[in-house]
Amino acid sequence: MLNKTGVPSLSLIKTKFPEQNKLFKAKAITECYEEIPCNPCSTSCPFEAITIGEDINKLPVVDFDKCTGCGICVYSCPGLAIFTVALKKEKAIFKIPYELLPYPKVDETWKAVNRDGLVIGEAIIKKVILKPKQDRTLLVEVEVDKNLLYDFITIKE
Amino acid sequence: MIFKDLVIIGGGPAGLSAAKIAAEAGVSCLIIERDPFLGGQLIKQTHMFFGSEKQYAKTRGLDIAKILIDDCLKHQDLIEIMTSTTVVGLYKDKVITTLHDDTYNKIKAKSIIVSTGASERFFAFENNDLPGVYGAGAVQTLMNVYGVKPADKVIMVGSGNIGLIVSYQLHQAGVKVLKVIEAASNIGGYKVHASKIRRIGIPIETRKTIKRAIGKDKVEQVEIVSLDDDWNIVDNSSEIIDVDAVCISVGLIPQRNLLSMIDIKTKFIKELGGIVPIINEDHQTSDKDVYVCGDVSGVEEASSAIVEGYYTGLIAARNLGKEHQDFKTLNIDYKNQLLNLRSGPFGKKTLKGLEIMKEDANVK
Repeated sequence: MLNKTGVPSLSLIKTKFPEQNKLFKAKAITECYEEIPCNPCSTSCPFEAITIGEDINKLPVVDFDKCTGCGICVYSCPGLAIFTVALKKEKAIFKIPYELLPYPKVDETWKAVNRDGLVIGEAIIKKVILKPKQDRTLLVEVEVDKNLLYDFITIKE
Repeated sequence: MIFKDLVIIGGGPAGLSAAKIAAEAGVSCLIIERDPFLGGQLIKQTHMFFGSEKQYAKTRGLDIAKILIDDCLKHQDLIEIMTSTTVVGLYKDKVITTLHDDTYNKIKAKSIIVSTGASERFFAFENNDLPGVYGAGAVQTLMNVYGVKPADKVIMVGSGNIGLIVSYQLHQAGVKVLKVIEAASNIGGYKVHASKIRRIGIPIETRKTIKRAIGKDKVEQVEIVSLDDDWNIVDNSSEIIDVDAVCISVGLIPQRNLLSMIDIKTKFIKELGGIVPIINEDHQTSDKDVYVCGDVSGVEEASSAIVEGYYTGLIAARNLGKEHQDFKTLNIDYKNQLLNLRSGPFGKKTLKGLEIMKEDANVK
């Protein structure tokens, strides 16, 4: 699937998630399935929660006990392949990287989109962060239905 | 005639990096660049780069260009730069002739580093000469260097990293990318790039190719077809799509033309992108005073070109009698960086190509 369409299978996606009971606080999900020479997620993490090691081709491993869900890795990943997610009652709160115009604004309702580029529901924009150190990659916090936990990946106006 | 210790032909990532290290070692160099700007292909790369911190990972390509250029400008006493200057002749006695504003010049060098990069590969299909058929790199130059929107509706042919990245950047610029087609059975580039464009609604379809472009004075439609596992066209698989541009991104060819003017030994090594100069570990060609680095000696990512540039600058300086004060440390560091960049699945091809090269590299 991934090799032919760019869309990972559900079982592959789930390998990157912790147990749902760990998601009461935000955790980083590194959707990095292929060994490429790259390690900014690991070197940018202030909590040493993401390990790649000497060989920068290795896949990142997240220590979910150390990860605070701060989101620094989200805008540091050159592949835009990391997001954070937390579960709050019936909602899932995601922090995603975003590099398209127009920028979303807080309290707007955008479309929730899956990895196939299809609309799967609504996404309420909670925060839009753009600091100089993010180097023009927006960090957008959105709220979607909890049942979209493994499907949601980005937003569309 | 101008006399120079080291002349570097091509001011892209490899050439700039070579100049920086050679200048640090005390060698006076001249960078000759055909374009009006230094930085090579980096200046149009708006995405963040992979690699590690040493190769400026997570920095956008255009900002890496600024860093490398600034590094050279710090050595203004030693590094001279000529832009909009084309090398039109290279001679065995290390005389280089250049063209700038209709003026020819002659430069004599003790050593030469050729870092001319690579050019886009093209391929044959009906009407491929219609206006609207572009190389993906050309589209990127129009968009990101000159701010020109190249088309409204495009199809991307080829799913290597360039095809995937340019598709993403076209989408960012408000151009509709209908799909990316790939003749091979799997996506060629990094899957993170593929996932990034798939989620914004651009489908990637493997085992498909373009059969012809259709249009009177410019591209109006394309016919695409499916391929079977033996690369034959599948019957009744034809699909006609309305587009106003076709982007071709089917790979790069090392730009070794200048080297053939001085009979440098070359070899066809498909893993390195085609005909490449045969080099030894020190990046010396069959003429020991002519070095190469970057894509001209094998097509790879810019991160490798940067490290190769540093390494070649270091060696060329030493051979000119100016050993860098950190020679030993840097020598080992650059070799390790290159090995690290190439030790994943994507680096296998390069390593295999370099092994094949070694068989012929008794040119020291």
